[in-house]
Amino acid sequence: MEFFRIRRDIPFMRHALVFNVISLVTFLAAVFFLATRGLHFSIEFTGGNVVETAYAQPADIAKIRTTVEAMNLGDVLVQNFGSSRDVMIRVPVRGDLKQDKLVASVFDALCKAEGGTVQTKDGPAEQGQSASRQVCATPAGVEPVRFSRSEFVGPQVGKELAQDGGLALLFVVLGIAAYLALRFEWKFSVAAIVANLHDIVIIMGFFAFFQWEFSLSVLAAVLAVLGYSVNESVVIFDRIRETFRRFRKLNTHEVIDHAITSTISRTIITHGSTQMMVLSMLLFGGQTLHYFAIALTIGILFGIYSSVFVAAAIAMWLGVKRDDLVKSKGSEHDPNDPNAGAVV
Amino acid sequence: MNRYPIWKYAILVIALVVGIVYTLPNLFGEAPAVQVSSGKVTIKLDPSMAGQVEGILTKAGLKADFVQYDGNSVKARFADLDAQRKAKDALGAALNPDANDPTYIVALNLLSRSPKWLTALHALPMYLGLDLRGGVHFLMQVDMKSALTKKADSTAGDVRTLLRDKNVRHTGITRDANAVVVRFRDRDTLVAARAILLDQLTDFDWAQSLDGADFKLTGALKPDAAKRVQIAAITQNITTLHNRVNELGVAEPVIQQQGADRVVVQLPGVQDTAKAKDIIGRTATLEMRLVDDSAEARAAATGAGPVPFGTERYVERGGAPLIVKRQVLLTGENLTDAQPGFDGQSQEPAVHLTVDARGARIMRDTSRENIGKRMAILLFEKGKGEVVTAPVIRGELGNRFQISGRMNTAEAADTALLLRAGSLAAPMEIIEERTIGPSLGAENIDKGIQSVIYGFCAIAAFMCAYYLLFGVISTLSLAFNLLLLVAVLSMLQATLTLPGIAAVALALGMAIDANVLINERVREELRGGASPQAAINTGYERAFATILDSNVTTLIAGLALLAFGSGPVRGFAIVHCLGIITSMFSAVMFSRGLVNLWYGRQKRLKAVSIGQVWKPDATSATVPAKT
Repeated sequence: MEFFRIRRDIPFMRHALVFNVISLVTFLAAVFFLATRGLHFSIEFTGGNVVETAYAQPADIAKIRTTVEAMNLGDVLVQNFGSSRDVMIRVPVRGDLKQDKLVASVFDALCKAEGGTVQTKDGPAEQGQSASRQVCATPAGVEPVRFSRSEFVGPQVGKELAQDGGLALLFVVLGIAAYLALRFEWKFSVAAIVANLHDIVIIMGFFAFFQWEFSLSVLAAVLAVLGYSVNESVVIFDRIRETFRRFRKLNTHEVIDHAITSTISRTIITHGSTQMMVLSMLLFGGQTLHYFAIALTIGILFGIYSSVFVAAAIAMWLGVKRDDLVKSKGSEHDPNDPNAGAVV
Repeated sequence: MNRYPIWKYAILVIALVVGIVYTLPNLFGEAPAVQVSSGKVTIKLDPSMAGQVEGILTKAGLKADFVQYDGNSVKARFADLDAQRKAKDALGAALNPDANDPTYIVALNLLSRSPKWLTALHALPMYLGLDLRGGVHFLMQVDMKSALTKKADSTAGDVRTLLRDKNVRHTGITRDANAVVVRFRDRDTLVAARAILLDQLTDFDWAQSLDGADFKLTGALKPDAAKRVQIAAITQNITTLHNRVNELGVAEPVIQQQGADRVVVQLPGVQDTAKAKDIIGRTATLEMRLVDDSAEARAAATGAGPVPFGTERYVERGGAPLIVKRQVLLTGENLTDAQPGFDGQSQEPAVHLTVDARGARIMRDTSRENIGKRMAILLFEKGKGEVVTAPVIRGELGNRFQISGRMNTAEAADTALLLRAGSLAAPMEIIEERTIGPSLGAENIDKGIQSVIYGFCAIAAFMCAYYLLFGVISTLSLAFNLLLLVAVLSMLQATLTLPGIAAVALALGMAIDANVLINERVREELRGGASPQAAINTGYERAFATILDSNVTTLIAGLALLAFGSGPVRGFAIVHCLGIITSMFSAVMFSRGLVNLWYGRQKRLKAVSIGQVWKPDATSATVPAKT
């Protein structure tokens, strides 16, 4: 089985300008959406309260919203979360309220709205671990609403998490730039960083456009994508370096074409495999991992585009030449020497 | 050329065995268990408790898988939930005669079912984070400002007492933020006062200034003294939290300092946050009172007569009753420090107490008049008091005195701890809170594992179909990768969270990259006309440098997340970084080992099973247009 029956080098670099224009347009669109709509940050960044409950029957969102709004907590957000029976209630940070008592009062109100009362149940949970929990029970003994999860993040902590997230991103960018400059050459380093940052901005643009929730897990996915994307570019640059050495009569344009063509099979198969894993996460991972998996999917798909076409094109425009790669590493072996290279 | 020396195979086999051994505990699941821990601060468990528990269980007709003592609790594992419930009832009835005042706490717990020999090797199942187990997570911030303010307040009191004792007149002592301001009418008094204060209160810097008609002496805490106050405050609070959390009977709580002024508290299994917060937020008070040893008191102690007027009955450590006068001499506010140490003369274990100036004056007066009598130190929690220690007053006491006799070093340390627990240094506030229901926790585990398994199967199917034998080898090395990853996580007892499971899935998805690189390279060499053995060799060599480069960049991203992440994201970062390392090892070394094992020996290797090596009709695709 061979999916990639390519007879000669595909002249990708002929269309370098088109590729870069397309990527610039999508980049600008993403920036536009980020600026106008902004990201829908989770409470981990803004601070606030989230209560997740699971109803025995499909939940009546309007009724829940009325109940919660009657508590005068400010601008609350009530929505389905995953299935029609799971409801998520989000209350923003308010300076005057005791945030940590909020969860108990919200659950209490929801329980009363279903005709039950909240009792404390001490005793073994399903498997025998100790669980002391609040259970909402009606006089008939039914449990109309069940408490799934709650989270309270103080505003200070939210600010710190946001700061740390930003620092992590900066660290990754600088670290990768330094490593690539060391391993290849500064022009490649710049090309790779520009191409892959454009990736990240596009992912965030999607999140801004669809107003998907941007949480810490999504940020982790974005950083993982950045590392993975640069992976791609490294493989291509490696090939470019080898091709410069091997085929000395080719000019830069042709060397890049050759490098991309030879690695296209590997690029597509790897991305396909990783995407299979991420798809499995999307389908089976549940609501918590949902946006994480979406961020990864967008990153993987756009990653092929940016790492393969855009990075190489930018490197070419920056004027990369044979001399940049071939003479700088004196200790490198001649690839035609069968005894050279790393022995594993 | 495609031969691995024996020692390399030895490494692979050892890694495989270690991987299997340390992954095994995760497959055994958990069994219901009961945990007995101390319910009162004055009672400590010792190994004999295990025998006692076993006796109670046998009497109740219950058989435990094992009963063991592990440091500060006794755990007994049972085969099913029913036995667990009965055991809890039996133990509760036997150990706690008074249900309202439990001596021991009997809690439900889950223990791993893995056999003893695995546990002996320290092969434990992975440590599951709260989002997989269910429970409560608090992040509490210690109000450092108020610790410093309290210190300034008590120093102001000390200054007042000192100056009065030395007969130095002042016109007013106030506290201004964290500084103490003393005013005087003239310079001479100020100079005299400054000399006294510099001598006695060494933690403070005293600066003099002029403010209108008054001469002012401002005392500010020295920077390293301030730091010591802060460190003491947070250590104090953590100790107090430990005691409180013990009372909740939670299995495996986590209480850790985070940064300079924050404490993380994680309580698995608890969802009743109100009760948890109530117990954690409570304060204990310390009181020092005289013991009444009159004839009526002694009669009351044995139970022969009623408790005399003006006294109360308390129980000492060890169970003996003690009649203590109602009048409170000193409280925890006056106690500034309690440290274990050794008696200056007799070298026996002792506890050194330091009280403030007011406390010192009271101690001096009381001790002078009551030499030979006993003084009881009581700790009040939930409104109930217990006698921590009741030493005999041997001489006149000052602001530093010691309690010694009839205790070993461990008891001295415990007593010091209890005394410090009575004086909570600074209030704590909850700034972050997360609660996860137990059913959600179990669901999360299921979903995480499912996504890993289905993804793995999909990749495996594709690889085997596309690359045939080399695909099978790639799949095997991916499985080896997963095994190693789980084993390392179990060994390190790193916390596994839901994002952590996602990181496992992602690591596998990225690990396959290395194998694809190798396989594609080998195909390319074959296409170019190289002999199969040479193709394999070149393929692996060329691919290695690329694999190294690409993994380093992913590692940089992982390290950044590790450094700046917190909570579940940190779990993701740990697994991500470990996954990269194990994938390098398995993709390069393990798969090469297998390939060498299969193909290495065949001298006249004609073809390798790597799927279709498509050659274009004209010259190969790698020869470019121009030559």
